[in-house]
Amino acid sequence: MIRSTIEIPATREDHHVSRMAALAIGLSFVDAAIPLPVPGVKPGFANIVVLIVLARYGLRTAIWVSLLRVLAGSLLFGSFLSPGFFLGLCGALCSLAALFLASALPEKFFGAVSRSVIAAFAHISGQLMLAYFWLIPHVGLFSLAPFFAAAALLFGTVNGLVAAHFLECEKVEAVPQVPIQ
Amino acid sequence: MRLIRIGDWLVILLALVVVGLLFSETGHAGRPQKVLIRKGGEIFTEVSLFKDRKVEVPGPLGVSLVVISGGAARVAKDPGPRQYCVRQGWLRNSGDAAICLPNQVSVELLGGNKRYDSLNY
Repeated sequence: MIRSTIEIPATREDHHVSRMAALAIGLSFVDAAIPLPVPGVKPGFANIVVLIVLARYGLRTAIWVSLLRVLAGSLLFGSFLSPGFFLGLCGALCSLAALFLASALPEKFFGAVSRSVIAAFAHISGQLMLAYFWLIPHVGLFSLAPFFAAAALLFGTVNGLVAAHFLECEKVEAVPQVPIQ
Repeated sequence: MRLIRIGDWLVILLALVVVGLLFSETGHAGRPQKVLIRKGGEIFTEVSLFKDRKVEVPGPLGVSLVVISGGAARVAKDPGPRQYCVRQGWLRNSGDAAICLPNQVSVELLGGNKRYDSLNY
C-alpha cells in the first residue's frame, strides 16, 4: 500500500474534539435505541457531552463537537442529507446560538441545567420552524408544539442534571491537569 | 452538591410556564376554521374565521349583519322581531349556530372537532 503523502497534523485540541464527538455519537445511538411514543421526540443524551465540553473548553469546542456529532452521526445512521438530518442540524445550530446567548448569564446562578433547558427549547423551536417552513406548512403542525416543549423541559432538565453531576464530580476530584482519556 | 442553582430553578419555572401556555393554546386544532352563512336554506357564503370582517346578508325583512372578529362570529344586527340570534352573542365553538328565522338567515361555525349537542342525539 502506498503511504499517503498528505499529512494532516492534528493538534491536541483536535484529538479532544474528536474523542468527545465520538462519545456524543455513541450516545445518539442510545437515543435511537429508546422507543418513545411521540415521533420526533428524543432524549438527546448526546447533548450531555456538548454541555460538559462547553463548560470545560468553551463554546468554540462545543460547536465543533455538536456539529461533528450531527454530521458523523447522520453518516452512521444513513440519514445524511435527509429531512431528518436537516432538522437535526437546524436544531443543533439553534441550540448553539441559544448557548452563545446563554453564556451571558452569570455562572454563579445559572448552571448546566439552565443551559440544557434553554438549548433544548431552542432545539425544538428551530426544528419546528424548519419543519413548518420547509416540510409541512400547515398550522396543525404546531399542535405538536406542547408535547415537544414538555419533552424539551423533561429531557433538558435530566441531561442538564447529568452534565452538572459530571462537572461537579470533576471539581471534587480536583485534577485540573489530567488530559481526558 | 450544587447541581441545581437558583437561576436553574428560574429557568425551569419559566419553561414550565411556556409548556403550560402551549398546552392551553393547543385547542387550536379542534377550533372552527370557517363560518357558513345560509340564506333561505341555501349557502350564502362561506368565509374564514381568521379574517375579521362584516358580512351583510339581505333577507326578506331586511339586512342581517354578521360580524367576524378574533376567531368568533356573531349576528350583530337583524331585522327580526325577537332578536334571538343577536342575543345569542358570539359563536366560538365548532358547530355553534345562530339562526334568525324571520329573516331566514343562519350562521354556523365549521371545521375542527364538533361538540355534541342535543340535536345529534
